[in-house]
Parts: sequence; C-alpha cells; structure tokens
Amino acid sequence: MRNLIFFFYKYYTFILFFFLELFSFVVLYQYNNYQKASFLNFTGGISSSFYESINSTTNYFGLRNINDSLLAENASLRSQMMNAYYQSGTTQTSINDTVYKQQYSYISANVVNNSVTKRNNYITIDKGAMHGIEPDMGVISSNGVVGIVTSVSLHFATIRSALNGNTKISCMLKKNNAFGSLEWNGDDPKFSSLKYVNKHVPITSNDEVVTSNYSTLFPEGIPVGQVYAHTLDAGDNFHVIKVNLYTDFSVLKNVYVIKNIFKDEQQTLEGNLKGGN
Amino acid sequence: MVIELITYIVRFLLIILIQLLVINNIELSTYVNPYMYILFVLSLPVSMKPWVVVLISFFTGMVMDTFSSTPGLHMAATGFMGYIRGFYLQFSCSKEDFAGRIEPAISKKGIVWFIVYMTILTLLHHVFLFYLEIYSFKEFFRTLWRILSSTFFTVLIITLGQLLFYRNAKT
Repeated sequence: MRNLIFFFYKYYTFILFFFLELFSFVVLYQYNNYQKASFLNFTGGISSSFYESINSTTNYFGLRNINDSLLAENASLRSQMMNAYYQSGTTQTSINDTVYKQQYSYISANVVNNSVTKRNNYITIDKGAMHGIEPDMGVISSNGVVGIVTSVSLHFATIRSALNGNTKISCMLKKNNAFGSLEWNGDDPKFSSLKYVNKHVPITSNDEVVTSNYSTLFPEGIPVGQVYAHTLDAGDNFHVIKVNLYTDFSVLKNVYVIKNIFKDEQQTLEGNLKGGN
Repeated sequence: MVIELITYIVRFLLIILIQLLVINNIELSTYVNPYMYILFVLSLPVSMKPWVVVLISFFTGMVMDTFSSTPGLHMAATGFMGYIRGFYLQFSCSKEDFAGRIEPAISKKGIVWFIVYMTILTLLHHVFLFYLEIYSFKEFFRTLWRILSSTFFTVLIITLGQLLFYRNAKT
C-alpha cells in the first residue's frame, strides 16, 4: 500500500498526463465515429456565438459578391416558376397534388465560420435545432454541394464540408449515371476527387458531376463540379478523376440545408433488410 | 502574484484571439496551417511545476478545440507537448534558471536556444496533431510535408512576434 502511494506521489505528473490524454482520445474517437455525438451541445455553442459576432462585422466586406450570387439564383428560380412556362394542357393541374409529393424542403442559413486549408474543414452556420436542422442533413449552396451537418445546438449547427477527409458524397456523372464517391485528398480547396468510377465508363473532360440518387442526403442531380482531369492506370479497376468543384468554399456565405422528409422511411426499410440478413 | 496571474490571463486571451482571428484566416495553401497558440504553453516560466503546465496545456487545447469543432484533437496534441516540455527544459536549462522565475524567451536565453527549443516542441506538437487529424498513415508523405511547412511558419511567426513585441521586457 505504501509503495502504491509512493508510486502515485512520484509519478503524479505522468498519471495526470495519461488520464487527460486518454480522455481526449476518447472524445476524439467518439466524435469521429458517431456523428451524432454532439460536441456542440457540450460546449453550449460558445464558439458559434463568438464567430457570429465577428462575422456580423466582416460580412460587410463580401456583400457585393453575395448580392451577385443571389441575383443569379433569383433569375434561375424565376425561370422555373409556373408563370414562366406556357401551359399546354389543362389536365395536369388537377392531378398535380397526388402525383407530386414534396420530398425535400430547404432551410436557408448564413455561414458564420469556415475554413478551407485544414485537412478536415468544418463550417458553422447560424441555424440550429430550433429551425428544424438535424445531424446528417445535406447542405448545398446556390452553386453546388457544400457538405453534411455533423452536430446541432439550439441556434447553430456545424457542417463537415466536402473539404474534409471524413466526408464521402455519393455522386454520378450526369451523362451516363455512372456513380462514384466524392472524397477530398486535402490538396487544393478548388478540386476534389471522384473515386470508384468503373473503368469501362467512358469519361471526357468537362463532364458534369452531380449528386446521385443513392444518397438520402441530397436530391438527385444537385451540381457538384466538372471533370478536370482523369487517368486510368493499367492495372486499376477504377478511374482517377479530378473534379473542379462548383462551390467556392473560400467565399461561402449563404447555404441551404436539405431536409429529406422520407429519409426515416427509407432508412428504416434499408435497416430492416440488413437486420434480416 | 496577482499581477502575474492577470498578465498570463491577458496573454492567453490575446494569443488565442490572434490565432483565431488572424492566423486561421491566412488561407495561403493547405500546406500552411501555423498554430502559434502553443506559444502560450511554451512561454510559461521555467520553474513552473510540470503538473500545472500539463493542466494548462490541456486547457489551452480544449479552448482551441471548442473554436475549431475538433473535439480532443488540439487537447491531445498540446497536452503531449506540455508534458514533453518539462523534460526538454530539465535537460537544456541550468539550475539557476529553475531557481529564478524566468520565461523561455529570446531576451533571457538567446536566439539560438530559443529557436531550437521552439522548433523541437512545435515539431512534436504538429506531428502529433496532423497525424491524429488524418487518423491514419494513408497520406504519410503529404502529411509530413504539411507538418514541416507548418512548423516552419509557426516558428517564424513566434520568433518574429518575440522580436517585435518582447523587446521591452529586456530593459
């Protein structure tokens, strides 16, 4: 017993160090593995409100760019409105309600903190659980895909941006629906890479990459980027594709969070299947 | 004693703010990610008890984690560095340094000693941090290159900061 006490007395610095290190590894491991472990709730959103107050000042510098992108988006939305189309038949309107059921709804939000040069980049936005945001929702900007919601507090949410080693977004080539996975290699915030596209799929530069219909996070066909360069090594089964991202993460200000109304239904069904096997 | 405590608290806030508002916004390249906030831990007095330094390092890392949504990452790296710092100082400082309340600074220990001290501990911190961030050795050389260039910039920023702002401390 005396030896034990003496041991603790002699190595108390190491023991303190050891336990604190163990604690940080546990926190880190949990966060990496379970996206629902809400670190944001734990810290009470202190950092988010700090960044928001900073952001309310720095926001003024980018107003011109924001206006331009919003105008462009307005124009494209206006062109999709019903009154922009010539109505050729009368039968369609009566069955519209039963044939089309809304699957995705969008929540707009402002970026309060963002980084692009880290290996794993995160974005903080100023909408949270109060506005209906939940973990594992897709996030897009007016140009293209942004990322996936990781954790949510009452007023804020953090997003794992597409520029993050742990983010994998299911994508496909628009022209032939060949699907792959968008993963960032940490090199250049303007480019990402599309992996696991089979070698028999023909690819040319400037092919458009969009989100696929396999993911429950994004609607099908949200623009992601363009094929910038592609190679196929002799022994490989998959193309190596470099994608030029449409979203400019370094000037990101407004984003939309996507709520998939049927997500639970789809996941329960797929979960049943896995459980049955 | 109280004045000393206030000085350290002010310095802590100042360093964290510089890191968050200035350094983190230098978006030069994905290979340049200086983390100069470790200066706070590295500039604690030589004679401070190792267990206090370890506690302070973990706390500093925790604050950084809160602001960069990376729970545990900076905490583990900075804590590790704070623990190793004790051993490094024991081996590189004389008995007189431990008796007085001096800080490891250019004005006290000379520029060569300071740069070596900074480089070794920053390198340890960055190696720990960057490999932990990736969580694998998959991109070993790319990460290594990222560590080396970030270490260079961290040491550069800290040294320049010392030369600019700490000169008054000598007189």
